[in-house]
Amino acid sequence: MSTAIALAGNPNSGKTTLFNELTGARQHVGNYPGVTVEKKQGTCITDTGAFDIVDLPGTYSLTAYSLEEVVARDFLVNERPAMIVNIVDASNLERNLYLSVQFMEMGIPVCIALNMMDVAKKRGIDINIDRLSELLGVPVVPTVARTGQGKKELLETVAARAKQGNRALKISYGLDIDTALDEMEAEIKAAGFLTKTYPARWVALKYLENDKQILELGAEENKEVATRLAGIVQRLTSHLAATQDAHPEGMIADQRYGFISGVLKQNVVRYAEDRNRLQQSDKIDKVLTNRFLGPIIMVGVLMGLYNFTFTYSVLPTEWLEGLFGWIGGMAEAALPEGLLKSLIISGIVDGVGGVLGFVPLIMFMFLGISFLEDSGYLARMAFMLDRVFRLFGLHGSSVMAFIVSGGIAGGCAVPGVMAARTLKSPKERLATLLTVPFMNCGAKLPVYALLVAAFFAENQARVMLILTLISWIGALLVARLLRSTVIKGEATPFVMELPPYRLPTIKGLLIHTWERTWQYMKKAGTVILGISIVLWAMMTFPGLDDTTLTQFEAKRSAVTDNVSPALLNEISAAEGDDGLSEAALAVKEDLLLIDGEEAQAALKNSVAGRIGVALEGISRLAGFDWRTNIALVGGFAAKEVVVSTLGTAYSLGEVDPEENTSLAQRLQSAPGWSPLTAFSLMIFTIFYAPCFVTVVCIARETGSWKWAGFSVVFNTALAFGLSVAVYQAGKLIL
Amino acid sequence: MVKINLRQMQVDQTGTIASVKADGELGRRIRDMGLVPGKEIKVQGRAPLYDPVSLRIMGFTLTLRNNEADHIQVEVSQER
Repeated sequence: MSTAIALAGNPNSGKTTLFNELTGARQHVGNYPGVTVEKKQGTCITDTGAFDIVDLPGTYSLTAYSLEEVVARDFLVNERPAMIVNIVDASNLERNLYLSVQFMEMGIPVCIALNMMDVAKKRGIDINIDRLSELLGVPVVPTVARTGQGKKELLETVAARAKQGNRALKISYGLDIDTALDEMEAEIKAAGFLTKTYPARWVALKYLENDKQILELGAEENKEVATRLAGIVQRLTSHLAATQDAHPEGMIADQRYGFISGVLKQNVVRYAEDRNRLQQSDKIDKVLTNRFLGPIIMVGVLMGLYNFTFTYSVLPTEWLEGLFGWIGGMAEAALPEGLLKSLIISGIVDGVGGVLGFVPLIMFMFLGISFLEDSGYLARMAFMLDRVFRLFGLHGSSVMAFIVSGGIAGGCAVPGVMAARTLKSPKERLATLLTVPFMNCGAKLPVYALLVAAFFAENQARVMLILTLISWIGALLVARLLRSTVIKGEATPFVMELPPYRLPTIKGLLIHTWERTWQYMKKAGTVILGISIVLWAMMTFPGLDDTTLTQFEAKRSAVTDNVSPALLNEISAAEGDDGLSEAALAVKEDLLLIDGEEAQAALKNSVAGRIGVALEGISRLAGFDWRTNIALVGGFAAKEVVVSTLGTAYSLGEVDPEENTSLAQRLQSAPGWSPLTAFSLMIFTIFYAPCFVTVVCIARETGSWKWAGFSVVFNTALAFGLSVAVYQAGKLIL
Repeated sequence: MVKINLRQMQVDQTGTIASVKADGELGRRIRDMGLVPGKEIKVQGRAPLYDPVSLRIMGFTLTLRNNEADHIQVEVSQER
């Protein structure tokens, strides 16, 4: 038996607040082995000693249907914590006790922290704490987690009562079920069936509840006993079906609630007013979820979240960019020309800068979303939008991820993918994760800006609107497609609580935001840095051979040999083009032209370039030549790289994605380019493989590289199919 | 008293749950949240597109989709 204390309770019961209150900053977040469920651990130091506290995922029950519940259950049986501190919302006592009863049935010592006593009091709920403790047979300590009230008493009780080994609670499920339970318990005990880990009666109960996990474990442990138990369950099931038109699993839940109301009726709780009377919170809901006002306010809130995330993160992002620009500049000046310099500047400094560049975005996004989540508004958004998103096999809560990713053009799929964490339904969450990269993120905008400026200058606004619509329609239709193929399956039940509106605590928001951000830096960061170096290598190696290099040198000498040394000095001394004489300008231009040609040749010869050239045969179908192909390969690093790489491929040297006029002009006159090619490329840009930072995040969030790989391959194939269709159809019509 | 389907209830109407006919995960989720026979509920509102529905039970607010509400029979008084 460990000395750890498990903190468990319903969602919205104040569990996280209490955890933060108990552990302060002494906590860290990881994952339960093999799954993406967060595991929060911390230490609580008291006068008498220290406790390790594990914050179990918030659940309403302990079935095998959801990952969170299985994780919580496994932790309790495998780690055998010294005590479960069960947070119970006093203002919502009856439903919260449903989970408590299930803990008590497991036979682990339980201490109830009766939280939100202040809210209960305000609502006229009067609870006889001693009576409740006596009837349930566990200590009950009143607390108000937000203010820290009751924390000391709670810790004293835990210290005194932990490890005392509770007897498992035995409640009556009615004569039929009780008889079956007794019979099964005897069988289980006699055979020592799973009893090393689980209490016998609990296993019997889980057999009656048709619990998948326990049934599987049982079949592995001892086929014979498992079959006998299944026989008893079968007999009871047909008996209940015939006599009461009921199913054991349903009856057990009914009886648990029956047991709880039985306890509460014994003078435990008094309501000064009708419990279902409208509370403050419900009055707010009359406005916020009103048929007409609700959606309008929601659009406002989403715009607000969007502006908050992307406006306020600009300044810190600029600071970071400035910092990394400065470091890059230092490296530029200090290091000798060559591969090492290129690796350090283009691979490492840009890579680390790339990782950290997302940090302000992620922080502000999580701050905004945590506020919406903790205040209770997120649940209302899911409630209002569910009807629409369900059509596509998604969930009302998916909207957040789509908006952040660029549902309003200019977002970012990295925080967007992370925003999908608020979704509790696994299939809907996966479908959301895989389709949010189709949104028009801020990095795709420079690509559109370039192509629109070159080919659709008169219809700028209209084209942007069309692109936004295409990305939304595409994402939703693909979600539908995925949900009826690779992520097939029934919709996860929507049965969801609308928690009362609450003002989130600043401490909670900050801890939450910091945890998520730190996790991104630590886990995603290293992988991103690695891939960034690989991509650098692909765009650099093998470089030009000596003969070609000499040829370019010779061309340069041919220019410089014919001019006076004074003129050359003038060029190298001047910063920018200011003050240069006409003759010097002409020479400089010639030299830049050669530099551009050399860069183009080097790029074409690189691994990425060879891929681009090799793919030209197929990509012609969509109207792309090798230059576009290389640019798209580069776009895997970050979509705006498409612009700068295209610049290099057209011998213009590095093109600043924000300053694309020369490139736009070049494209207008370049052979093979037409508005149709541009449109085909824009379609491809919307749908093809997400940038690798997003891909890494998808792997992290789904817990498997399989889905990350899927998003690369599937999205690229889809994008190619769509661009070919657009290009070929366009050629026929135009 | 008459038995009707939860989907047919009007906003602000109250009733007592008579039976829950769902099993598997949906049945379990519905019951876990306290929608079991004998509990009083009150329909609190509907989403702008009329689905899902939100209701009060045991002093808290719960939402479920109409096709999930179909599994729940409610006893209501005849007026209305």
